[in-house]
This record gives sequence, C-alpha cells and structure tokens, in this order.
Amino acid sequence: MSTLEIKDLKVSVSTDDGPKEILKGVTLTIKDGETHAIMGPNGSGKSTLAYSIAGHPKYDVTGGTVTLDGEDVLAMSVDERARAGLFLAMQYPVEVPGVSVSNFMRTAKTAVDGEAPKLRTWVKDVNAAMSRMNLDATFTQRSVNEGFSGGEKKRHEIAQLELLDPKVAILDETDSGLDIDALKVVSDGVNRFREGEGKGVLLITHYTRILRYIEPDYVHVFVDGKVAEQGGPELAEQLEAEGYDKYLPAKV
Amino acid sequence: MTVTDAARESVASALEVDRVNSHLNPPPSYDLADHPVPTGREEVWRFTPLKRLRGLLDGEASSSALTWTTEIPAGVTLSEIDAATAREIGELAPNDRPSALAVANAASPVLLDVPADLEVEEPVVLRLHGESVDDVVWGHHVLRFGAHSKATVVLVHTGSARYSATTSVVVGDGAQVNVLTLQDWDDDAVHLGRDAIRVGRDASVRHTSISFGGDLVRLHANVEYDGPGGEAELFGLYFADEGQHLEHRLFADHTAPKTKSNVLYKGALQGQGAHTVWIGNVLIRPVAEGIETYEENRNLVLTDGCQADSVPNLEIETGEIEGAGHASATARFDDEQLFYLRSRGVSDEEARRLVLHGFFNDLIRKVGVPFLEEQITATVEDELAKNVLKGYRPATA
Ligand SMILES: Nc1ncnc2c1ncn2[C@@H]1O[C@H](COP(=O)(O)OP(=O)(O)OP(=O)(O)O)[C@@H](O)[C@H]1O
Ligand SMILES: [Mg+2]
Repeated sequence: MSTLEIKDLKVSVSTDDGPKEILKGVTLTIKDGETHAIMGPNGSGKSTLAYSIAGHPKYDVTGGTVTLDGEDVLAMSVDERARAGLFLAMQYPVEVPGVSVSNFMRTAKTAVDGEAPKLRTWVKDVNAAMSRMNLDATFTQRSVNEGFSGGEKKRHEIAQLELLDPKVAILDETDSGLDIDALKVVSDGVNRFREGEGKGVLLITHYTRILRYIEPDYVHVFVDGKVAEQGGPELAEQLEAEGYDKYLPAKV
Repeated sequence: MTVTDAARESVASALEVDRVNSHLNPPPSYDLADHPVPTGREEVWRFTPLKRLRGLLDGEASSSALTWTTEIPAGVTLSEIDAATAREIGELAPNDRPSALAVANAASPVLLDVPADLEVEEPVVLRLHGESVDDVVWGHHVLRFGAHSKATVVLVHTGSARYSATTSVVVGDGAQVNVLTLQDWDDDAVHLGRDAIRVGRDASVRHTSISFGGDLVRLHANVEYDGPGGEAELFGLYFADEGQHLEHRLFADHTAPKTKSNVLYKGALQGQGAHTVWIGNVLIRPVAEGIETYEENRNLVLTDGCQADSVPNLEIETGEIEGAGHASATARFDDEQLFYLRSRGVSDEEARRLVLHGFFNDLIRKVGVPFLEEQITATVEDELAKNVLKGYRPATA
C-alpha cells in the first residue's frame, strides 16, 4: 500500500522583502493506486507543491503535514524521502556535468534499494529502460542531462522512474515540450509504472492531452496556492473548454 | 614573403625584438643578478607567502638530491650532461629566481632523451622522492623529444624536501608529447618548479600538472613555439587542503604564427587556509598571426575558509588571430545539482562525491596514463573522505 497524505500544507519562499507565502493550505490525499492530476494557471504554486514534497531547500514549510504511509515526510532529508518511496520528475531536470547517466543511475538504484543491483542484469535493465524511452545506449555514457534536448530530459526522468520504481511519483509537467510521439512514449512509461501494486501518481499538467493517455482518478484545480476545486476526469475537459477564469478573483 | 618565412625570421629574433613587449614575465637570464630576492610586493610574487619558502630563495648550496626510481622504455635514455650541453640542446633560460638558482646550484643537468622518430607506447616514469624538508634540493632537467617522436613522460614527486627545479621540454618538429607531473608530496614539502616548453613546428604537446600534496607548491608551465603549426595543451588539476598553498602560473607565449594554446586548470579547495592561485598569461606577439588560444580555470570551493585566486591575462599585439578567449570561475557546490541527485535517493555525501568527480572527470580522462588516472581518482576520494572525517562544514553561500 502507499498513501501520500498532504494536510493544510503552507509553504513560503524567502524574498528580499521577507518571506512570501506560496502554498496557502493544501490538502490532498493520494490513496493506494490512485492517479491525481493537478491543473492550474502559471505561478499558482504547482511546482512549489512538488518541490516541497521532495524537500527542496528553497522552500520553507510553515505549517501542515505530509505523510507517506503514516511516516512524517517533512522530518526526512531529501534523500530519505526518495528512499522512502517518493520520486519527483522535474519540470526542469538539472544538468550534472561529468557524471555519467550510467554511474548516476547505478548510484541512485543502490541508494534506493540499499544494495547494489545485480551487475549481470543491471546494464541490460538500464539499456532497456532507456530504449523504451527512445533514448539510445549512447545516452548512458553522457553526462546527466547535459546537452539533452528538452524532450530528452523528460524521457530521461521517466526512464529513472521505471528503474527506481518508487511508491509515489510526482510528475511536474513531464508532458510539456513533448511532441506527440514522445508524449505517447512517456505515457506508456508512466502507465507501466502504474501497473505496479499500489503505485500513486500526482501528475501536474497544463494540458488535457496527456490525460487521454494517463487517465486520472481525480482532477484538482490549483489556484493561488490552494486546491480550488476537485472532481473526476470530466473536470479536466471542462477546464480545457472554459479556462481558469471562474476560479480567479474577479478582476476590477 | 610567405607567412612561414616571416615566422622563421621573427622567431630567430623574437627574444631581442619582442622582449620589452611583455610585462607579464621577466626576461630570461642565467645571471642571478637579474633575479633579485623578491620582497613579496612584485606582481609575480604577490600571491606567494614567501616565509613558507623557508629560505629556499636564499640559494644556499646543497648537494642533497631526490632519490630517482625510473621506468625507461627501450630506446629512451637518461643521462647526466653538462650545463653547456643543456644550452646547446635548446633549453629555455631561467626567467625567475628559483629557476636561475636551480641552474646555478644543481650538480649536473639530467637529460631524458627520446630520439627522433621513436614512438614509445609505455610511459617513461620518473619517481622522485625526498627524505626530509630539512634538505634543500636543486634540480636541472632537460627532456628532449626528437623530431616526429611520440612519448609520454610522468614525473611523480613524493616525500618531502625544499625543492626547486627547472625542467626544459624541448619538442622537435612534428613530435607528439605528453608530460605529466604529479605533486604527491608530504604535508611539509616546499616545491618551486618551472617547466618550460619549446614546441617545434607542427609538434603537439600536452602538459598536465597535478598537485595534491606539499605545504607550498608554486609551479610554472611556460610554452613557446619554434615554428608555425605547434600546439600546446596545458592542463592542471589540484586539490588544496587545510593550510596548503598551491600556485600554478601559466605562460603561453605565441612566438610563431598558426600556433595553438589551450589551457584548462581545475581545482578544489577545502579546509581553513587552503589557498590556490592560478595565473594564466597569454602573449600573442606581433608575428603570431592566425593563432588560437583559450584558457580556462575553474575552482570548486568545498568549505568555508578557503581562497582561490584566479587571474587570466591576455596580451594581444596582432589583430590577425583566429581566436582568443578565457574564462575563470570559482563556485561552491551547486544546490540544484545536489538536490537533483539527492532526490534520487543519493545521500548528501555521495552526491558531493559524484559532483566533485564529475568536476574533475573531463581532465582525468585526458591524462591517458591508466595508473595515474587511478591514482588521481583515489586521491580525490581520500581528500573528500578527509573532508567528511574532519567534519568540515560545507561552504555556505
Ligand atoms: N524566490 C522567489 N521569490 C518570489 N517569488 C517566488 C520565488 N520563488 C517562487 N516564487 C513565486 O511562487 C509562485 C509559484 O511558483 P511555481 O513555480 O510553484 O508555479 P507553477 O504553478 O509551477 O507555475 P508554472 O505553471 O508556470 O510552472 C510564482 O508566482 C513564483 O513567482
Ligand atoms: Mg511549475
């Protein structure tokens, strides 16, 4: 089982003018095996939510709780969260010069599993995961994300998702910047992950097109640091047609 | 007149004609009177803590030597020569007090000779070991690579001494040469070194300085060109620990047209008082048309209390060049990189290790000598372990 429970989460960033509150009380529970989509306008705090759950040092949690299967996520360090079963596919994956994808993935897999992967099958597994994402074997010898195109970075994130096999995956705009073929490839990857026992997905997106491949159980509308409304997959279609206007404060 | 002819002519007269042009490096001279004891205020000495030279620049005579253990592939010879022969071979005259003292005080110059057309796969390995910092040791070496030869020479320095050495690297036309010098000294060693490289026509040279040990290490790598088409890569990798002073001074003197220089030095610093200095001088003389030069220095500061000085200097005296550029950056661990790695379950310590290895990786891959690559990787590992053992606080922004 895996349940990610976010309760009344409040998060600030520090600015020159003092702390600025970005998340203003987010409550959201992803139960065993559920997929939740989050949609919302630019700057509403979606990435902030994703990063805060992953433990990025830039974000100060000022209130609320996050638990994974009852364990206090907020008390864990960034790497402890990953080892506990959280995975964040980033909106802007980071380049790490000089560190090869293959070295990185082996180090990460060893850390997450608590033991080194079997040498005999591991290389095959990595190459297979990469090739399922249409990334050829030369990518494993390249530096992590360095010089990768936008789409290649996103596919590399999903290759990691499949290899590390967490409990809950948070996908921050993994679909942005993907052409239609890549979108299918990435969606297939996420769906393979979802086939695993009790896997949770929090999928942040601006577009309904990915939701046609990865069907969510719930859709949340995220506005101004809070969940403004939630519903089923039909809510996504409605947002696509009507936009976020009705959730935004009336303009004078 | 063709470009080539112009080059020959002006190289012949380069020292006389252009000598006044550079303010970066004092003119070469064997005469000690031309190299007074520095006060520390001179531009070329201002970064160096002179006290920690422990009197080395007084120039006391000494018959102490380092112990040499050598691996010399067939065809290559190592011998003692006299000072006159060293000059005939074309060594570069001293251009600072330490190298002038080394020439004046060293017993007899040592010549490593790679004959023309010889290609050796196995590296020449010269292991130089000092017994004690109480010993003052003077070294005077010439590495001669005949025309169209191909060889790799590795110098490994261990133990301790107060050591000042000058090494001329005389590279014949069309030769391909790889020289590496590893400073793996004990904590108290003092090492002043000058590797002066003369690049033949169409020859290519790679020189790599790797400095880990010693209390004070101050090394020059100078390169000049005997004819057009010469290429020099000057690489360096250093790791300064608590209290160490590691200084690397480069001088690419473009004395001929169509020549190339490419400088890349990378260093890491940790611990209170770790100090590194990198001075990258490039002079493009009027004759040096169509040259290309690029120099880069990157420093990674691992803890508070360190200082990395980095000064690129580019003097251009001809407008007709292919390209000239430089970059210098000193940074701390990148929080975003660490976060990315840690978000995949990798511990903070392991993430720093990965980033640091990644930082040095491109240079280590260029070493081209397997035993040395392994040693460098292991040393970087040990240094980082010290960081953790001593509980250094990570550098804060
Ligand atoms: N250091 C900072 N100083 C001030 N404001 C900040 C800082 N960091 C983030 N913000 C603000 O926080 C808000 C939320 O940003 P976030 O990246 O979470 O939005 P998002 O919903 O992911 O948007 P997008 O759809 O564009 O990805 C934005 O308005 C952003 O400008
Ligand atoms: Mg975002």
